Amino acid sequence: MSKIHVTTTVNGEPAEFLCQPGNSLLDALRDDLNLTGSKEGCSSGDCGACSVIVDGRLVCSCLMLAVEAEGKSITTIEGIANGDVLHPLQRKFLEHAALQCGFCTPGFLVAAKALLDHNPDPTETEARYWLAGNLCRCTGYDKIIRAVLDAAAEMRAGAPAGE
Amino acid sequence: MTPDISLSQVPAHARHGSSIGRPLTRREGVLKVTGVARYAADNHPAGMLYAVLAASRIARGRVTCLDVPAAMAHPGVVAVMTPANRPALALDPDAKLHPFMFRLDLLQSDAVRYANQPIAVVIAETLEAATEGAALLAPRYEALPARVGLDAGESFVPPVVGVGHPAEQLVGDVEAGLASAARRVDATYETPAQYHNAMEPHAVVAAWDGDSLSLDMPSQGMAMAQARLAGLLGIAPENIMIRSPFLGGGFGSKGLIAGPQVLGILAARLVGRPVKLVLRREQMYGPVGHRPPTRQRLRIGAGADGTLTALAHHALITTSTFDDFFEPAADASHTLYASPAIATSHTAVRIDTGTPMFMRAPGEATGSIALESAIDEAALACRMDPLAFRLKNYAEVEPISGKPFSSKALRACYAQGADRFGWAGRPLAPRQMRDAAGMLVGWGMGTATFPALMFQAEARAVIRRNGGGVVEIGAHDMGQGAWTALAQIAADAVGLGIEQLEFRSGTSDLPDGGIAGGSAHTATAGMAIHAAGGEAVARLAELAMDDARSPLFGAGNAGVVARDGRLFRRDDESRSESYADILTRAGLAQVEGRGKSGGDPAAQTAYAMHAHGAVFAEVKVDPDLGQLRVTRLVGAFAAGRIINPRMVRSQYYGGMIWGMAFALHEEAVTDRRSGRMLNANLADYHIPVNADVPEMEALLVEEHDPHVNALGIKGVGEIAITGTGGAVANAVWHATGMRARRFPIRIDDLV
Repeated sequence: MSKIHVTTTVNGEPAEFLCQPGNSLLDALRDDLNLTGSKEGCSSGDCGACSVIVDGRLVCSCLMLAVEAEGKSITTIEGIANGDVLHPLQRKFLEHAALQCGFCTPGFLVAAKALLDHNPDPTETEARYWLAGNLCRCTGYDKIIRAVLDAAAEMRAGAPAGE
Repeated sequence: MTPDISLSQVPAHARHGSSIGRPLTRREGVLKVTGVARYAADNHPAGMLYAVLAASRIARGRVTCLDVPAAMAHPGVVAVMTPANRPALALDPDAKLHPFMFRLDLLQSDAVRYANQPIAVVIAETLEAATEGAALLAPRYEALPARVGLDAGESFVPPVVGVGHPAEQLVGDVEAGLASAARRVDATYETPAQYHNAMEPHAVVAAWDGDSLSLDMPSQGMAMAQARLAGLLGIAPENIMIRSPFLGGGFGSKGLIAGPQVLGILAARLVGRPVKLVLRREQMYGPVGHRPPTRQRLRIGAGADGTLTALAHHALITTSTFDDFFEPAADASHTLYASPAIATSHTAVRIDTGTPMFMRAPGEATGSIALESAIDEAALACRMDPLAFRLKNYAEVEPISGKPFSSKALRACYAQGADRFGWAGRPLAPRQMRDAAGMLVGWGMGTATFPALMFQAEARAVIRRNGGGVVEIGAHDMGQGAWTALAQIAADAVGLGIEQLEFRSGTSDLPDGGIAGGSAHTATAGMAIHAAGGEAVARLAELAMDDARSPLFGAGNAGVVARDGRLFRRDDESRSESYADILTRAGLAQVEGRGKSGGDPAAQTAYAMHAHGAVFAEVKVDPDLGQLRVTRLVGAFAAGRIINPRMVRSQYYGGMIWGMAFALHEEAVTDRRSGRMLNANLADYHIPVNADVPEMEALLVEEHDPHVNALGIKGVGEIAITGTGGAVANAVWHATGMRARRFPIRIDDLV
């Protein structure tokens, strides 16, 4: 089967890859672009471990075809930090111990960034429901919410952040 | 002269500058929040092929046909591994040489003994081609009726339950105790099959080089996996290198190597190229273990004043048709409540299922939710507050054995938890509280307990002339924070700041760190590290005390203490010398120590060793719709010395959510006709999501245990499930007046 050439933007950098029509964006990211931070937990859009942002929208990359990335701009976990400077969400996840095994963490961070991009001042309930599509089996979630709300507060205050 | 450095007598936390007890952030945290942490399935060696399992769609019978030519004809497919061509094994996968050797399905025949059993492996250049190849196999079967559920067959008394525990235990005369009781409870509870569902599916990336095998594979027990593989493959254990730097959760399902991982290794051998095999989520409901369903009958007798006269706990459990794992559910009644008569017993039924396995608090979780529910019912029968009833029957010694506890701060847990929650003033009767929106409000509690276990481990410690140190141990971090907590213990063990210490772990070429299970990893690996560090420091001390040029010369019986890269004379801390100076003068680049750990049989014989806790829950129930939310959870736990409170609180939170999920969410549903699971995915098998989770608090109750081990460490990984399930169930009763005895509790139980 002939492969399709896809030209896209990943984490602000131009990227291209060859894929088959049936390949998922997640497989293209992980296998072709070697961006293995996005994880596969279910391949059915239930767990959110593969979350990426595509043109400003939060997407489960296991449910999106790789060819649909043509001309789009994609943000993955690898693009959240600003070089060596962690994003406030990343720092707050560490501070609040909002991660344990870490397998769901990239998806949570990407989903949380998408939340704060849309809504810089979410209520706890808004954060909990926005992040309800990301499963975590370790933490009990509470610390994740604390970290997201704390990061949001810091970013609103313009306190030392990732720029 | 043997120097008295007395490291084991001075608790590490008492030493100045200790790393133990500090709430350090996770050492591998930056790798995890940036996506850099490399889990098994993130590896992609050159020339790698993808393997995909074909799994059985029947639960019992045999495979009569696999369309191998169709699969092979698909572009990209390299090989199809079936019973006909699977590489030979040195050991029958159905052999059971010891109780910890569980039988594996490695394509040894065409027989099918449970749904989702591996029946073939397709290996291809791409994941998509392998997946399509597996579909093209279009297996045909000769199916036999599936045996499903607790009533599927004749029950029998298992030879042992759990890890070698008697299936039946008895103290006193339970029937007489029940007969003499003024109040009695006789209630039967059912719990469902549950699946571990670690977020990371089981995976292996296997590469052979001659008879050497290199593996990227999540493991909670690398040395055991190495030994198991060596036996199956007929190669030396040291020829097997396992890298398991990060596990995406385990919860017991990665404690022993799973059949599908071995199949990935065999696939690599078959094709002579590296192979990656990752289970699809739905394939994790079968060959990688589960918590079996139970039906538990609790009979409790109490005097009019609430004093227990008898406690009888029977558990009916399921296991597979071909192996022996027996969930020790009734043993939960051994520890918590004083009673002159206690009887625990188990019976089992063999059904067409994958073999159940250790799943976070195996036995404790299932048994606890039934026991804590029944205790709540007994308190009600005695017209007593549930906390007062538990205090009335507080066990001063372990009820089943009569042994004293090595430590037990459960009273403090009850008091601090109740105070924080605001338990006082709770009405005895149900349906008495409503919130402003008219929701029924209920408060419930449960007691938590988990044994303080110790396994065996080894470690190596090196102190270097340049002022640094290295500690090595093949330990496992499945998210619990081992890299951080063990490094803290290691820094103290060698008397260095944690910044000066290089901590190496997570590969099988390091000293055997034991198994990360039974909530015993911090204690077990920690004690091996403590011993290794102690030996390295002892070597340094010998060098210094025997050398007339050292300020420590002749410290002798006074001994020395190690901290911050120096040895200090214990009776005169103005006299000290740096590690660097000691080693420089001795002309040595480094000193090394090795240490082992294991339980102390004398202490284990003398004392009952358990962590304890108390959990308080608030639920709100819509009186018309039965819709239910947990709104508050407060747990208070005493588990000996806390190495890192930040990590420990996370473990408690996670456990409490598992307990809540036990009461309200998790349930594997099996189709009675086909024996297949109806909800083998994360949409239909419910684990809590963010929106389900209440406001939570976990209190760390101080407890000093001089007997469990020299560091005073119990375990924290599993205890918080226990108690929490019962607390939520009891709160549901308190809100609604309806007692659900089948878990998870459903809306239709409440309207």
